[in-house]
Amino acid sequence: MQRDTVRQKAFTRRALVFSGGAAALTTVLVGRLYYLQVVSADRYRVLADENRISWRLLPPPRGRILDRFGVELANNQRNYRILLIPEQTPDVEQTLVELKDLVRLDEHDHRRVLRDAGRNASFMPVTVLENLSWEQFARINVHMPDLPGVQPDVGESRFYPYRESLAHLVGYVGPVSPKEQTGEPLLELPGFRTGKSGIEKTREKALRGKAGNSQVEVNAYGRAIRELEREDGNPGHDVRLSIDMELQRFAYERLKEDAGSVVVVDVHTGEVLALVSAPSFDPNAFNLGLDVEQWRVLTQHPRTPLVHRAISGQYAPGSTFKMIIALAALEAGVISADHRVFCGGKIEFGDRFFHCWKKGGHGELSLANAIEQSCDIHFYDVARRVGIDRIGKMASRFGLGVPTGIGLEGEEDGLVPTRAWKRKRHDEPWHQGETLVSGIGQGYLLVTPLQLAMMTAQIANGGFRIKPTLVARDPQTSVRQANAGTPLDGVHQASAGPESIGLSAASLSLIHRAMDMVNNSPYGTAYRSRIAEPAMAIAGKTGTVQVRRITKAERQTRLLKNHERPWKDRDHALFVGYAPVSNPRYAVSVVIEHGGGGASAAAPVARDVLEEVQRRDPGRTPMIGELAVDTEEPSDI
Amino acid sequence: MTVRSQSSLSEIRLTFIQRVWQLNWGLMLLIIVTACVGLATLYSISGGTTETWVSRQLMRFGVGFFLMLLVAVIDIRFWLRAAFLIYGVALVLLVAVEVVGTVGMGAQRWVDLGPFQLQPSEVMKIALVLALARYFHGITHEEVAQLRWLVVPSLMVIIPVTLVLRQPDLGTALLLLIGAAVMFFLAGVRLWIFGAGLMTALAAIPFAWHYLHDYQRERILTFLNPERDPLGAGYHILQSKIALGSGGMFGKGFLQGTQSHLNFLPEMQTDFIFTMLAEEFGLVGALGLLALYVFMLAYAIAIALRSRSQFGRLLGMGIAGTFFVYFFINIAMVTGLVPVVGVPLPLVSYGGTAMVTILVGFGLIMSVYIHRDVRLPRRAEMEEL
Repeated sequence: MQRDTVRQKAFTRRALVFSGGAAALTTVLVGRLYYLQVVSADRYRVLADENRISWRLLPPPRGRILDRFGVELANNQRNYRILLIPEQTPDVEQTLVELKDLVRLDEHDHRRVLRDAGRNASFMPVTVLENLSWEQFARINVHMPDLPGVQPDVGESRFYPYRESLAHLVGYVGPVSPKEQTGEPLLELPGFRTGKSGIEKTREKALRGKAGNSQVEVNAYGRAIRELEREDGNPGHDVRLSIDMELQRFAYERLKEDAGSVVVVDVHTGEVLALVSAPSFDPNAFNLGLDVEQWRVLTQHPRTPLVHRAISGQYAPGSTFKMIIALAALEAGVISADHRVFCGGKIEFGDRFFHCWKKGGHGELSLANAIEQSCDIHFYDVARRVGIDRIGKMASRFGLGVPTGIGLEGEEDGLVPTRAWKRKRHDEPWHQGETLVSGIGQGYLLVTPLQLAMMTAQIANGGFRIKPTLVARDPQTSVRQANAGTPLDGVHQASAGPESIGLSAASLSLIHRAMDMVNNSPYGTAYRSRIAEPAMAIAGKTGTVQVRRITKAERQTRLLKNHERPWKDRDHALFVGYAPVSNPRYAVSVVIEHGGGGASAAAPVARDVLEEVQRRDPGRTPMIGELAVDTEEPSDI
Repeated sequence: MTVRSQSSLSEIRLTFIQRVWQLNWGLMLLIIVTACVGLATLYSISGGTTETWVSRQLMRFGVGFFLMLLVAVIDIRFWLRAAFLIYGVALVLLVAVEVVGTVGMGAQRWVDLGPFQLQPSEVMKIALVLALARYFHGITHEEVAQLRWLVVPSLMVIIPVTLVLRQPDLGTALLLLIGAAVMFFLAGVRLWIFGAGLMTALAAIPFAWHYLHDYQRERILTFLNPERDPLGAGYHILQSKIALGSGGMFGKGFLQGTQSHLNFLPEMQTDFIFTMLAEEFGLVGALGLLALYVFMLAYAIAIALRSRSQFGRLLGMGIAGTFFVYFFINIAMVTGLVPVVGVPLPLVSYGGTAMVTILVGFGLIMSVYIHRDVRLPRRAEMEEL
C-alpha cells in the first residue's frame, strides 16, 4: 500500500509536468494561429487571390470598314476551327491520324499540334485547323463521337468580301509582329491581328477597340472555375470611307488586266470615290497566313501587285501636264490666249532636235488647239518662254510635288523640278533643254495618280484648293455647310467658300474649253472616248509617256509601234478628265503602265469610269443609315 | 488491511447497468461535437455533398463509437490481462503488412481484411500503450529505476517502431516513439536515463539520416527552409499557410474557402483538413476546435489521475498523451511549425483506422473511469483474477 502511494505520487507529479508541457505547447499553437490568421492575414489574403484569380482578356470585335453607302468592305467572318484538348484524347497521335481521313492535315500542322499539345497544360485547347469550309466543319462535327477531345469552335476572322478590288486601300490584318509589341496585353493574345497596311493600318486605333477583361477564378491547375467579374470593353469603331464600292469595283474590273491605277474624286469635297490599283492581291490570303511560295510570287511578280500605285506609283505626267504649262504661261502673262506656234514635227534647240509625237507636224496651232491635239512643239515653245521656276510654282499651287495627305501609308511626294532643286540634288546648273522636256511633262517631273486626279479636280472646280479625303461626308451635311457659308455643292463662288488657287477666270475657261475639245472635237486626241450625251459629256487630256529614250537610229529607220515592243518598253498611257463638262462634279485620273497611248489605252477606261460615276452620282446620293461612326481624321500617318 | 485489500480486489464487481451509468457523458458529448466538426469540414471539402466522404466517415464514426462504448464497459481487468496478447496481435499484423501489405501513397501500410482495410500501425499505437501500461503496472517503483527492468519495454518499443519505419511511415514511427517516451516518463523512469537516451538519439541522427528516404529528407530540409522549393516539396506548407492565413479572424464562411476548394492543397480531407477548417471558420473556428481538444485532454488527464490503479493511470495518461501528440503535431505541421509528417487530425481527418483507433482509445479511458476504484493485482497476484 505504502509503495503504491509513493508510486501514485510520483505518477501524479510526472503527469502534472506532462500536462504543463502540453499546455505550453498548446499555447505555442494558439500563438502560431494568431500570427498566421491575424498578424499576417493581409499578406496571405493577397497571396490567396494571386493564387486563384486569373485575368483573361476578351479581344474586342474589330470595327468594320464601310463604303459611303454602308457596304461592308471589311467585316468579321465566322472562323470555323478545330481544337484539340489533349487531356480528353486517349492518344493525340491516333486522333490526328483519324482527323486526316476527314480533312487535309499536312505534316507541318501535324508536328505543330503535337508540339503545342506537349508544351501547354493538357486541358488547354490546341488549334488543329482554322478557316475550314462549312463542309469540312460539318464533316468533322458528324464524326465527333469517334474523335474524343476534338472540339469544333467558331471564332472570328477578318474577311474582305471584295478581295482584290480594293486590297491596297483597305489593306489587311496580320499577326502582331514583335516590333509592334508595346506591352499592351491585348497584343500578346495568341491569334490577335493588327492592321498591316491601308486603312486597316492607319485607322488601327479606331478599328481595334478596347479589350474587355474577365476575372476568372482558377484552380491549382489553371482551369477556369467561374467568372468573378467581367468588363466588356468596347468593340472597335466602324470606319466609313468616302469610297463608292460599286464604282471602285467597276474601275477595278475595267483595269485588272493591266498594271495601273484609277482615281476618282469629287471635285468639290475632295472625297475620293474610287482608288484603284492593279494588279492586286487577295487580302484574305494574308489573314489566313501566306506560305513562302505565295509570298515569293507576290513580292517577285514583275508587275509588283503589292504596290499601291494610286498613291505610291510615280510617273512622268506627260501631256497631262500641259494644262499646268499653259496656266503658268497665261498667268505669268508671257503669252496671250491667242498665242500661236508652228509645228513642223521637230525643232532644233541647243545641239539637239526636239520632236513632236506627230512626225509630220501639226502646222500652226493656237494654245487651245495645241492642248486639243497635244502638240509637243507648241509646248516646247511655251515652256521655254515661261521658264522652269514659274512652271514649278504653278505645279505646286495644284499640290504637285508634295504628298496630298490622304491618310494612307506609303504616299509618295512626286517631283516638281526647279533650278534650286537641281543644284541641290545634282549639283549642276539647269539646262534650258530640260525646261523644254518639262513642257511635255517629261524629264525629272514625277506625279502620283492621286496628285493627277487632284490637279484635274482643282482645274474642274474653278480653281479652288481641295484636299483629298477618304472620309465620307453626307451631302445633307454639305448642304448645311453651304448655307453656313461654305458652298460645296454646285459651282464655287469666289467671294465665299474655300481658298482659291488664284487663277484668272479667263485662263481657266480657256483650259476648260481646250479640255472639252480633247474629247468632243473631232481633232481631239480622245474624241473616240467621248460621251455623246451632252449632260454627261466629259473633258480631259491624254498623256503618253516614253519609258525609254528613242534613239536617233530608231527615228531614222522606223519607230516601232507600242504593241510591237516588249511590255517593259511600251509607253505609259495616261488620261485625266472630269465630267460633266457643263457643271463639273467628278474628276478622274487613269494611269496604265506600258499601256501604249494615252488616247488608245487610258482614255476609254476614263470614259467608262466617268460614265459610271455620273450614272451612280455618289456625290449627290444621300447616304443610308448613320454617318461614319468614326469621322476624325487620323492625326498621324 | 487484509479485509480492505480483499474487498478491493474482488468485491468491486459492477453490474452492466452500473457501468453504463458510469459512462462519461461529458466526454462523449465532446467527442460527438468534434466528430461533427470533422464531418462538416469534409462536407465542405467535397463541395457540398455527403456522397464523397461524409457518409462513409459517418459510418466509420458510428462503428468506432459503438466500439468505444463496448471497450468502455468491458472490465478493466480484462484489458490488463489481454494487454500483451493485443500487443502480440498488433505486432503480427505489422509483420503481415511487411509481407502482404497493400502499397498506398508510396508506402506499404495497409492489410486487406476483406470488407475493410486495416492499418496495423494505428492499432499498434493503442496496443503499445496497453502493453507498456501493463508492464510498468507490474513492476515496482524501485524496479523502474533500474536499467535492467527497462530492457524489455525498450524492445517492446523498438521492434514495432522499426517495422513501421520500414513501411516507411516516419510520422507514425515518431508518434509511437513519442507515445512510448511519455509512458516511460509517467512510469517514473529516472530523468538521467531520458537524458542518456536523448544523447544517444542525437548521436544517431547522422546514421538515421543515412537511412531516411529521399522524400523524408526533402521534407525535413523543406521544413527548415520552406521557401527553398515553393513549387516542389515546400508547396504543401506554403499553400497551407496561405489558406490558413487568408482565413483571417472569422474565416471565409462555410463552403466559401477558396484555396482548399480550388485544389491548391492536395489531400485536404486527410492530414491537411485543419487548413480547410481554419480557412472557412477563421481563427475563431481554429481555436474552437483546439479548445475541444484541450477539454478532451483535460478530461482524460483528470480520469487518469483519479484512477486507483497504476495500470489505469498509465493507460489513461498514455492515451491522453498520444491524443495530445496527435493533434499537436498535426496542427503544428499545417501551420509550418514542424515538418510535414503523415499525422491525421484526431476525430476530424478522413480515415477509418485512425478514427476507430482514437475512439477505442477513448473507450479505454472511459473504462479506466468506470473502473477507477478497482484495485488491480501486480504480476504475482495476477493468477487470482
